[in-house]
Amino acid sequence: MQEMLRVENLGLSIGDRQVLQGVNFSMNYGEVHVLFGPNGAGKTSFIMALMGFPKYKVVQGRIYFKGEDITEKDISERSRLGLGISFQRPPTVRGVSLRKFMEIISDGTSKEDTLKIAEKLNLLNHLDRGLNEGFSGGEMKRSELLQLMVQRPDLVFIDEPESGVDLENIALVGEAINTLLGKEDKLKEQKRSALIITHTGHILDFVNADKGYIIFDGKLICGGNPRDILAEIKKHGYRRCAVCR
Amino acid sequence: MSISKTYLSDIRERAEKAKEKKAALGPDIDLLRYNQHIERGRIESLESLPQQEREAAVMAGINVKEEVRSGSYFQVDHSVVYERLNKLYEGKLEIMSTAEALKKYDWLEDYYWRAVPVDQDKYTAQAELNMTHGYFIRVLPHQKLEYPVQACLLVAENYVSQNVHNIIIVEEGAELQVITGCTLSKGDAEGIHLGISEFFIKKGGKLFFTMIHNWADKFHVRPRTWAIVEEDGVFVSNYVLLRPVKSIQAFPVAYLKGDRASAKFNTVVYGLKDSYIDLGSRIILEGEDTRGESIARTIAADESVIYARGDLVAKTKGYCLAHLDCRGIVFSNKGKIFAIPQLISEGALKAELSHEASIGPISEEQVEYLMSRGVSREDAVSVITSGFLNLDIPFLPQVIDRNIKEVIQATAKESM
Repeated sequence: MQEMLRVENLGLSIGDRQVLQGVNFSMNYGEVHVLFGPNGAGKTSFIMALMGFPKYKVVQGRIYFKGEDITEKDISERSRLGLGISFQRPPTVRGVSLRKFMEIISDGTSKEDTLKIAEKLNLLNHLDRGLNEGFSGGEMKRSELLQLMVQRPDLVFIDEPESGVDLENIALVGEAINTLLGKEDKLKEQKRSALIITHTGHILDFVNADKGYIIFDGKLICGGNPRDILAEIKKHGYRRCAVCR
Repeated sequence: MSISKTYLSDIRERAEKAKEKKAALGPDIDLLRYNQHIERGRIESLESLPQQEREAAVMAGINVKEEVRSGSYFQVDHSVVYERLNKLYEGKLEIMSTAEALKKYDWLEDYYWRAVPVDQDKYTAQAELNMTHGYFIRVLPHQKLEYPVQACLLVAENYVSQNVHNIIIVEEGAELQVITGCTLSKGDAEGIHLGISEFFIKKGGKLFFTMIHNWADKFHVRPRTWAIVEEDGVFVSNYVLLRPVKSIQAFPVAYLKGDRASAKFNTVVYGLKDSYIDLGSRIILEGEDTRGESIARTIAADESVIYARGDLVAKTKGYCLAHLDCRGIVFSNKGKIFAIPQLISEGALKAELSHEASIGPISEEQVEYLMSRGVSREDAVSVITSGFLNLDIPFLPQVIDRNIKEVIQATAKESM
């Protein structure tokens, strides 16, 4: 399969603090990769840097998306090239309704289809509220996925889709991720990819991932079968990572 | 039958005594400078207005085709040039100039200068001593009008002091929406607009009042507004200022006299050039179980100075609940905002008054969030600013919405 994203020797800092170093990573069209790691290891920093948030400064290395060097591109340029992100805790934007914002960002999704997706995600009653205004944790996640479904990025970064979501709604979130990635389509049409950060691994019960990694202490380690990695973490925590690296 | 000469004489006497009295707030204006008296002839329809005046009216929210309007009142300088009542509402609604109403109804003595004190300052005094019309709108008991009444107070010439006295009476159980556009037809006009507005909302009545101000660099404005709300009455006031003004100072009051009365002020102010803007709202909660809310959104661009005031005054013996929400964004390093919320309880043991006031830049986190969906930085700032000013004012014409967007696009870049 063709390569979609390639990260070469990436080093990141936030202010004066180095958060990631020497990260090499790639993923192909249609693949789903999962990132594990303890709190503060640098998982969110990694995807925020890939998305181009200026707070996460690339001090070393390059990022290529669909063969193009995007290291110097800003967030909206990367988004327009086909990158998308589902935030763990998105900000509230009062006065800008979810409905209006989806009209602005829609990549050709009709109003009717948008309403159908919103209904499926139990968000019909939230369309006229300000973005994330008074949304619960689960509503925020579903709103993020709803926006991404009308935006239709080729590669989506999903930061902890299960955090703050009750068990009942994790299945809904998982289903939405599969829809977003086109997993319901015929195999040959599946070209959308995802990089998912998960703490608990619950999302793996609903989304099939191709590969897993651990980010530990600012480094990307342990690439392999995501279920095996999760089983290892469940058994030993991240203690062995310190030795393994 | 007109109102009594004794009452008028008393009013005049009080006005005479106050004609040099400076206002408590705002720069003092030399009224003698604005001494032109301009009379105009009647027009057949709003569409027959001269182009410049028609365009100014449209930008101030006036529908010149009079579609979805219950009636219209149009004043240019010192003359009423047009009044029309939609035939559907004959016998339910009255629209005329206040001067005419004072001649027609002796009972107007119970309303005229009964809310706003005539001797409040030199501007109220001038409005009485040199009154040049203003509108009288009355909706009869239990009439609920589907569409708003529109009124336009336009100044077309230089050195004019337009001294209008508006009276709105919403009789018991009635409902009325009013859109008032106050504007200039010349962008370089120099003058002053003095607008006295006295609103009376009777038992169970509802008044939704929207005022759009479009002024210019050399123009002063001193509105004086009081709304008296009786039991179960509702008063909603929306105010929009998106153009430069030399100076404006107003502190409209909603006096919740009756039990369960409520008032809400929505204020949207965009300070441009070197505008001096001192605006506020005061809600006096006297009846029991009264409710008040005052929301202000202000943006100071260029060298504008904005005072955003808000007073909640609880006087009730029973329960009352009121909240002030005042937010500002400064777009320019020469712009200034003073947010001055004030909560006052005068022995109101059960009153719950609260406020939140903030001044801050557009959140970078919000901008980046929108950018992550493919929106450019410039558009993200524009969308957020537009949302910040969006108070969902019903019947606000699309032209005002467009105007808001244009102003934002022209000035929001400064903040980036």
